[in-house]
Amino acid sequence: MSYAPETLRALKRDASQIMARYPSPRSALLPMLHLTQSIDGYVSPDAIAFCAETLDLTASEVSAVATFYSQFKRQPNGQYTLGVCITSLCGLMGGDAIYERLSEYLGVGNDQTTDDGLFTLEKIECNAACDYAPVMMVNWEFFDNQTPTSAVEVVEALRAGRPCRPTRGPDQVPTFKEVSRTLAGFDDGLANQGPSAGAPSVVGKDLAAAQGGTSVVADAAGSAPAPGAADKEADK
Amino acid sequence: MTALMPLLTSRWGNPESWTLKAYEATGGYEALAAALKMEPAAIIDTVKDSGLRGRGGAGFPTGVKWSFLPPPDGGPRYLVVNADESEPGTCKDIPLMMADPHSLLEGVIITSFAIGCHHAFIYLRGEVVHVYRRLLNAVREAKQAGLLGNNIKGSGFDLEVTVHTGAGAYICGEETALLDSLEGRRGQPRLKPPFPAVAGLYARPTVVNNVESIASVPWIVKNGADWWKSIGTEKSTGVAIYSLSGHVERPGQYEAPLGITMRELLELAGGVRQGHQLKFWMPGGSSTPMFTPEQLDVPLDYDSVAAAGSMLGTRALQCFDETVCVVRAVSRWMDFYAHESCGKCTPCREGTFWLRSVLRRIEAGGGRPEDMQILQDIPKSIVGRAFCPLGDGAPSALTSSLKFFPEEYARHIELGACPFDHAASYLFEAVTL
Amino acid sequence: MVTCTIDGIEIDVPKGTLIIRAAEQAGIMIPRFCDHPLLKPVAACRQCLVDVASPFGPEGKLRPFPKPQPACAIEVTPGMVVGTQMTSAAAKEAQEQVAELVLINHPLDCPVCDKGGECPLQNQAMSTGRPVSRFVDKKNTFPKPLSLTPQILLDRERCVLCQRCTRFALQIPGDPFIALQMRGANQQIGTFDADVLGVAPVAGEAADESTGDVPAVCGEPFAGYFAGNIVQICPVGALTSAAYRFRARPFDLVSTASVAEHDANCSAIRIDYRRGVVLRRQAGDDPTLNQEWISDKDRFGFRWQTAPDRLDKPLVRRDGELVEVSWPVAIAAAAEILGQAKTTAVLPGGRLTLEDAYAYGVFARRVLGTDNVDFRARVSSAEEAQFLAHHVAGSGAGVSLEELIAAPSVVLAGFEPEEEGGILYLRLREAGTKVYALAPFASRGVQRLGGKLIRCLPGQEGQWLSELAALGKAGKPELAGSVIVVGERLASSPGAFSNALKAAAALDAKLVWMPRRAGERAALEAGLLPGLRLGGRAAQDGLPMGLDLAGSVAAAAAGEIDTILFGGLEVSDLPDPHLAREAFAKAKVVALGVRRGAVESFADVILPVAPPQEKAGTFINWEGRVRPFPQVLVSTAVSDAKVLARLAEALGKPQPIGSVAAVHQALAELKPGAERAPAPAVAPPPVRPTGAGEAILSTWRMQVDCAAGLDYEPYLAASAPAPLVRMSSELARELGVKDSDPVAVSTKRGQIVLPCKVEATAAANLIHLPAKSPGSWVLETLGVTSGAVVQLAALKEVGQ
Repeated sequence: MSYAPETLRALKRDASQIMARYPSPRSALLPMLHLTQSIDGYVSPDAIAFCAETLDLTASEVSAVATFYSQFKRQPNGQYTLGVCITSLCGLMGGDAIYERLSEYLGVGNDQTTDDGLFTLEKIECNAACDYAPVMMVNWEFFDNQTPTSAVEVVEALRAGRPCRPTRGPDQVPTFKEVSRTLAGFDDGLANQGPSAGAPSVVGKDLAAAQGGTSVVADAAGSAPAPGAADKEADK
Repeated sequence: MTALMPLLTSRWGNPESWTLKAYEATGGYEALAAALKMEPAAIIDTVKDSGLRGRGGAGFPTGVKWSFLPPPDGGPRYLVVNADESEPGTCKDIPLMMADPHSLLEGVIITSFAIGCHHAFIYLRGEVVHVYRRLLNAVREAKQAGLLGNNIKGSGFDLEVTVHTGAGAYICGEETALLDSLEGRRGQPRLKPPFPAVAGLYARPTVVNNVESIASVPWIVKNGADWWKSIGTEKSTGVAIYSLSGHVERPGQYEAPLGITMRELLELAGGVRQGHQLKFWMPGGSSTPMFTPEQLDVPLDYDSVAAAGSMLGTRALQCFDETVCVVRAVSRWMDFYAHESCGKCTPCREGTFWLRSVLRRIEAGGGRPEDMQILQDIPKSIVGRAFCPLGDGAPSALTSSLKFFPEEYARHIELGACPFDHAASYLFEAVTL
Repeated sequence: MVTCTIDGIEIDVPKGTLIIRAAEQAGIMIPRFCDHPLLKPVAACRQCLVDVASPFGPEGKLRPFPKPQPACAIEVTPGMVVGTQMTSAAAKEAQEQVAELVLINHPLDCPVCDKGGECPLQNQAMSTGRPVSRFVDKKNTFPKPLSLTPQILLDRERCVLCQRCTRFALQIPGDPFIALQMRGANQQIGTFDADVLGVAPVAGEAADESTGDVPAVCGEPFAGYFAGNIVQICPVGALTSAAYRFRARPFDLVSTASVAEHDANCSAIRIDYRRGVVLRRQAGDDPTLNQEWISDKDRFGFRWQTAPDRLDKPLVRRDGELVEVSWPVAIAAAAEILGQAKTTAVLPGGRLTLEDAYAYGVFARRVLGTDNVDFRARVSSAEEAQFLAHHVAGSGAGVSLEELIAAPSVVLAGFEPEEEGGILYLRLREAGTKVYALAPFASRGVQRLGGKLIRCLPGQEGQWLSELAALGKAGKPELAGSVIVVGERLASSPGAFSNALKAAAALDAKLVWMPRRAGERAALEAGLLPGLRLGGRAAQDGLPMGLDLAGSVAAAAAGEIDTILFGGLEVSDLPDPHLAREAFAKAKVVALGVRRGAVESFADVILPVAPPQEKAGTFINWEGRVRPFPQVLVSTAVSDAKVLARLAEALGKPQPIGSVAAVHQALAELKPGAERAPAPAVAPPPVRPTGAGEAILSTWRMQVDCAAGLDYEPYLAASAPAPLVRMSSELARELGVKDSDPVAVSTKRGQIVLPCKVEATAAANLIHLPAKSPGSWVLETLGVTSGAVVQLAALKEVGQ
């Protein structure tokens, strides 16, 4: 391991905090790998050695886990991962075009990083935001309802250091390393930023209210709506 | 016409809805107060009586699953919430946890109390960092308010909750793969038996439930099993979140009693994209066989959808209009399954690899007439042979598309090219390119 | 028992039997890859899918499973009805479907694959596969091959990902040096290899030359002592050994069941040879001993038998030079030396078969008329000899391996289970036996057995055992009824054997003597110790009590013994190799040996004898179990016994020792009831104090080290862990060293320098050295053994 002594000390301290969350230390491996990405920007040989030593595993056992999960990077990641969803729905609704445009604009292909180390372009699989298609995740923050143009604008803002706010997320996109630390379970204090939900998330609820249906919790009592609200005809 | 009935979605979009303050202001943790006064067995009975079925896709009765736990032996038992929402098309748990994490937490506490669990886990997929923040925040708030930790609300009941992030693996939505992942291993499914109820997390009795299932528990506890049963259908009780996406005017989350039809939902969503017609739709995520407009009136409950030849799954209703090339859509889903196959068993690992190769080739214009037989045969070599449900679900879209649109495959092979204008499916003007 | 029906055949099998095993008992072979009877089921390959129906409900109506089930993972239940590919169309179809998928990414390179001809995949492709592949797209290919260890290579494109190898590594020896890497179609077996996995080097580290191999920073590259088993259980040609790769076709090999000669377990092996040349050894199948596993030493260490210095003609020293002569000339020369001897000693070594050992005994006593006989070519003591005569010799089959691993607890004294136990280590691990180790620190082996360390400086074992005897069952209830294993190296610890007997009696424990070498127990049974005769009998032939090894060497050095009959032993293994060389140079030496070895510097006559694979014979393992083996290769080489028979004849005293039958005849005629030797009663010595810069030495042999039996096997040698000087943290602090820093260990005779390894559990003034590993020949260099006081110093550079 070639970590500087103070880095190693911090890693050990953080790792023991992570292990304390679980009845069995090995459960800490995934968060610890996220943690090492916050230091190295990827799961480096040092990270493998550190996790192996800390959890009394062989290096093979650690890399077995690290190479199984797609969020763990084997090459130094850019400051920002641009993850364009290309699974059927987002891809066909325009994710393909967004990816093509970004690839052309940045001059990199899938899983490649720009020479300035700023951006890693990645084709990602469904990120559970299909009602916001096409979706782009920047460092795993939601950028909903994207177009090729809007995606390029995001890149330009990040490159220029201009404010860049995810659709549903904190006020500013954190860096890959910052997000990796958060994913290791170290609270970054940004939970209270950003909206409660985007428009598609509340479309049904709003429609129900507009139709005069019961807004269950609006009356704060939280009492149940009348069963009549359900149309038993559907049961036929 | 079935009316929408927002329960789990009712707080979404409210100001600071994710905070304890906002949650408690809207009746939050009242169910917990009631539950802590009940006998744990009575809670299990209530949930059993309610008929609540798992909202993660399989539809197994939640209360029955809890009752499979062996009698307490003094050792730990665990609740693990499956928050790995990754099935293509499924997008309900993520907004729930972002907007209303305390509703999940309340369900976790009640469920843990019911089953005798003192350390619960929420396994969240790692690719949704803001949801993780909201969950961590909710746990912290709850702890500070005495809703977690020792002697919760003076009940003598202790509970720790750990929110755990995955790191990108669809297979971890399978409950035993999730447990292996939570133990710091590769997320590959375990051999069953033993089932998690007997030997799950750390080889201890474990209940694994979906987010929406657990978030439904406070509603049931507070309002009773009978009330819940009065909603929905006889065998698919209660409300559920329907997620509409794709070529519809107003995609989004529609919470309604189980049994609502796609026709009704489409109407609520303003219909298919203007100027277009529905071509096919997926009722329960990409692992469920597709439907066409013919099935618009099938009640979207567990049994009716099954009877119609598909699965209710996660109610991830993805709609595709006539601009969509079904071969392309299916090929892309196969990319997904090949990418996400864990590699453990031969049929899924090799079968999805083969089908991906053939589908990509056909879509790119390299199809051969004999490929049609391979597309028919290989799914049969995967389904019922694979180790876990991922393999069983992987060829669903392919097989059903061959049933509904065989000529589209033939056309690709005949032309040596894809006959569709892909840009016509985009949700933005292609000219912006 | 459970009754079930498989393909219409009703059979009874024990509860818990898997369908695939039950089918085997019914004579039905279900195809399989991942299944292995000694590994936990994983049901991953899906090749063994069968149709299953079970009785259900009160009426016991047969209910079929909705889909075919993996026969390797389902236990039979009463009334279960199974249809395999033989009778069920559904099972046959499922198996054919899976076989097609198994093969799509498999290369069609059977003609150049080592496994071709003995390949389960090849066989099952023939039985279950399609004649022609329908797969026309691009296969997964990999650059080939990868070195998993210096000995084991992996051709990834041949791998069907059955995980037998990774499951073996994790479940059996507990050395998970390999694991599944990557995911889905990219999934592969491997170590952490940054290049293979595409992991970027640490910034600024790219130039580090150590990254060429598995980088030391990335964890323990040591793959354990049993990794070779994965080559044997690989059901395809993916795993090969460097030693055998590309050397032969399986169908050209002749296989003979035999017994391994490398340790006292005497594991069952299979020797595969072609045209008179042994090409490989495989594990044999002995369910009560080594099951289907063997150590890498037993597997790969066989080239010593055909080493370049192998003797094929007798040698006689003329004018100071050894020259090749005919057998009659050599026998006459040897007979002349032995005939003219005033006093002789017989040092036959510890690797003999029972038959050869018997011949040495008869030859020494009846032909040479001497009782100066000792089979122990190692550190030994008179106390040990008395212990062996009292407790072990003639005791027949004692505690078996199965009994040992099933004991309520096992106390290991002077015995490191992993380094010195061979296959016994695997069996202890498998059984999860409760282990207490009377040792100076918790070794890797003890830790991995979950053993409890009873910390004891070398030399103090006797003290501890005497305390144990005093405590008895009441004071140490956790050890009541246990098995106490005493390793041969307790001979360097005065009082240990004496008090082990007392402790065993006080605890109602059984006491097992654990020699290292395969021939020691048989030599003991043959009476190759002073005062001891066949079957543990005390001498009644009127010969005066002879000298043991140390006594004979000293006497020869002093000129009191003028002639030595020398068997296959290594001078460097003797307690004082320097003195021994002096003694052997002074005396006339007639040596019997397989190789020239070290004897060529001092022997006057060297008579070639057959190595184990060229003769039939019998080992007796530590259990007392008789392990006969046949002659594998046609050979002109003869056994030690035959040579001794000819010598006896030449000396005019012919003896019936030249055949296996003759020896067994003599053994059969033994009558019981002979008086046993009394128990030794040696008091343990007081604790030796150490001053500044001093430490107590602990040392034992590593499983793979510079043993002569492992010569000419460079891949195996390279698989061994690096020799280290282990020490307590106190000593490391005192010396100002940390892990990997060089430390010199010295006595008046010499110095050994090795990298340091701090052992957290070691006693404060303890250091440990491997006894005969590269750069660490303790007896040779330091002239002392365990228990000695040695000097320590920190060095700047290793190897200076």
